[in-house]
Amino acid sequence: MNFGYLVSAMRASLFITCYNDTLFPETGRAVVTLLERLGVELDFHPKQTCCGQMHANTGFRGEAFSQAKRLVRLYQDTETIVVPSSSCVAMIRDQYPGLIQELGNAELQQQFRALLPRIYELSEFLIDRLGVEDVGAYFPHRVVYHASCHGLRGIHLGDRPWRLMNKVRGMEQIALPNLDRCCGFGGTFSVKNAEVSSAMLAVKMQDVMSTGAEFCTALDNSCLMHLGGAMHRQYAGMKTIHLAEILASTEAAPAEALA
Amino acid sequence: MSHTANHPVLDPRFAQPFPKAVLPVLRNPQLRKNVAHAIDVIQAKRAKLVAEKTDWQELRTAASAIRTHALENLGFYLEQFEERCTAAGGTVHWAADAEEARKIILDILHAENASEVIKIKTMTSAEIQLNPFLEASGVKAYETDLAEIILQLGEEEPSHIVVPALHVNRSQVREIFSRTMGLKDLSDDPKELTNAARNYLRQKFLKIPTAISGANFLVAETGTVVVVESEGNGRMCLTLPKTMITLAGIEKVLPRFQDLEVMLQLLARSATGERMNPYNSLWTGVTPGDGPQRFHVVLLDNGRSSILAKKTERQTLKCIRCAACMNTCPVYRQTGGHAYGSVYPGPIGAILTPQLMQMHYAQSLPYASSLCGACYEVCPVKINIPEVLLELRSQVVNQERGKFVRFFDPMYLGLRVASVLFSRAWLFHTAQFFGGIGARLITRKDGWIHSMPSVGGKWTQTRDLRGFPSQTFHGWWAARGQQPSKEAK
Repeated sequence: MNFGYLVSAMRASLFITCYNDTLFPETGRAVVTLLERLGVELDFHPKQTCCGQMHANTGFRGEAFSQAKRLVRLYQDTETIVVPSSSCVAMIRDQYPGLIQELGNAELQQQFRALLPRIYELSEFLIDRLGVEDVGAYFPHRVVYHASCHGLRGIHLGDRPWRLMNKVRGMEQIALPNLDRCCGFGGTFSVKNAEVSSAMLAVKMQDVMSTGAEFCTALDNSCLMHLGGAMHRQYAGMKTIHLAEILASTEAAPAEALA
Repeated sequence: MSHTANHPVLDPRFAQPFPKAVLPVLRNPQLRKNVAHAIDVIQAKRAKLVAEKTDWQELRTAASAIRTHALENLGFYLEQFEERCTAAGGTVHWAADAEEARKIILDILHAENASEVIKIKTMTSAEIQLNPFLEASGVKAYETDLAEIILQLGEEEPSHIVVPALHVNRSQVREIFSRTMGLKDLSDDPKELTNAARNYLRQKFLKIPTAISGANFLVAETGTVVVVESEGNGRMCLTLPKTMITLAGIEKVLPRFQDLEVMLQLLARSATGERMNPYNSLWTGVTPGDGPQRFHVVLLDNGRSSILAKKTERQTLKCIRCAACMNTCPVYRQTGGHAYGSVYPGPIGAILTPQLMQMHYAQSLPYASSLCGACYEVCPVKINIPEVLLELRSQVVNQERGKFVRFFDPMYLGLRVASVLFSRAWLFHTAQFFGGIGARLITRKDGWIHSMPSVGGKWTQTRDLRGFPSQTFHGWWAARGQQPSKEAK
């Protein structure tokens, strides 16, 4: 299917994020497939690394400064940036203003102010920028959506994920009980407070498994890494898949996770 | 199960770090069930009553503005409170720290020749460890709040700031009352338990003429002290005794009487899921022939003014102690309050306790959060708890990173190295390459890592990690660019 008519020569640059680049390249490939199918001319800046969230959230503010500075400079000439990770977008929106103000560099502040409105989380980009809900996806499976804390309360994605999922052909959605409760990942929290994190994960796993879905999806691979790690450990019979991979999936080219 | 003092008095100076302190709790099914059940009930009640308020967000905004204004002009409003309270016949004392507050209170009790005192639930008195101090000084303090009676008789510590005995269930209450009140045939019927407490309390109310309270609010405009409670024990303490001593943190002040309109609506709904608190007691100095005829207010600083001086952290003092943050916290739901090693547990405790300790103790508490943001969302005075947690984490790292032991700490080392790697793309890519090779050594045939060394082992104690993919995304992108056709299907 060709949805190129929806937009005229929309250009966007993909900020894949450090952990997706390293651990979940299939999510990045799915974003490329999806956006190119929708007629977006996608670019990828090879010098990108990390937004600094891990350092900022662990208290290494000095290190977070330099990564924030680096990201703002790297993308200062980029028209639109798409990020398939709501926690990294939340980092940029919630923490960069404070960090960059503290750095006290007027030029950097100016660059950041100009950059901020051009940064989109994937579902925001699809709904708000492209104005599309039906992306032509086909995914004939039972799926439960996990609303990550940063998507839900951090950047207020609202009903965007559901507007996209409702248009996926063949997909059966099963609602997750206690949708707004954290899965216990929390970045370095998962190792600094590993036992509490595991207790939170156990509770979340009960809710997720109670749905009887085949796949658990989200807009954050970080939560999915946590849930997926438990599913694999427990032979739970459910898999995780980033929503981008579901949206990229078609009858002709099913998601890689199905292979 | 034993109800003797299992844990020491909650004191951040002697508490174990949070990750260690939680271990026995996480293995205690009864405690975890009690905590989860209790907060689920409170949460559901709160959610229902918040939903019926169409102006909830406006109320939060107003409350946040009132509290911020009060704190920014704290000196002015405290002096106004002192002046108006004194004019109404009260006596105001200023205590710089816990020790001074304890001494002031003991001196008043000595002047009253009091060997016993009744108390309305006050977390501030627990903060300054008043009861054990009074006991050691020959004054027996009797708690009159039902939950506090349970804790006092059972020699337990509070695990919540609104419902301090939340971790105790009804059959445990029966056991405590039966044992300490000598009631052999007591059942665990709530009515019978309440009756037992009532009989126990009546004697205290009627015979002890001195009382100690905390304060939910101090109204500067009128010099009024406000206490809200649900059981009527507070009203008894405020009417029967001859002498009342109120202990209040200096941050409790509100500028105007009218501000209570906003605060009482928010507090009741946020704290207990009620439209209005059953007992809202307000008293201004002394009224001849009615209620206590001698009235003292002890204004406690104990680290608060140093919090006030800091821009990001100042909002901590906006807190009205509703506990909505701990009721919604997914960490607290698993751990309950004792693991925080402070009378202030949960998200607010995680930011308040280390600050009250001037960051000398409780440094593990700012990390006792997954930063899920649920606390900020429910806070009736809009304290951005995650923002303060992050600020305190950076202070902890600044304290620690220079220490020799931290140089080899895998977490500190890892984050320092990661920062260097993220500074240059080629370094990052090189690290991915060698990391991938290293990961292959520990990846099993199923393509997953089941056991990792060092801090990674903390991850693999309950979860697997998928092995590193053979190609990174940027590697794939670069290879794709070299192909003649990249037409998507």
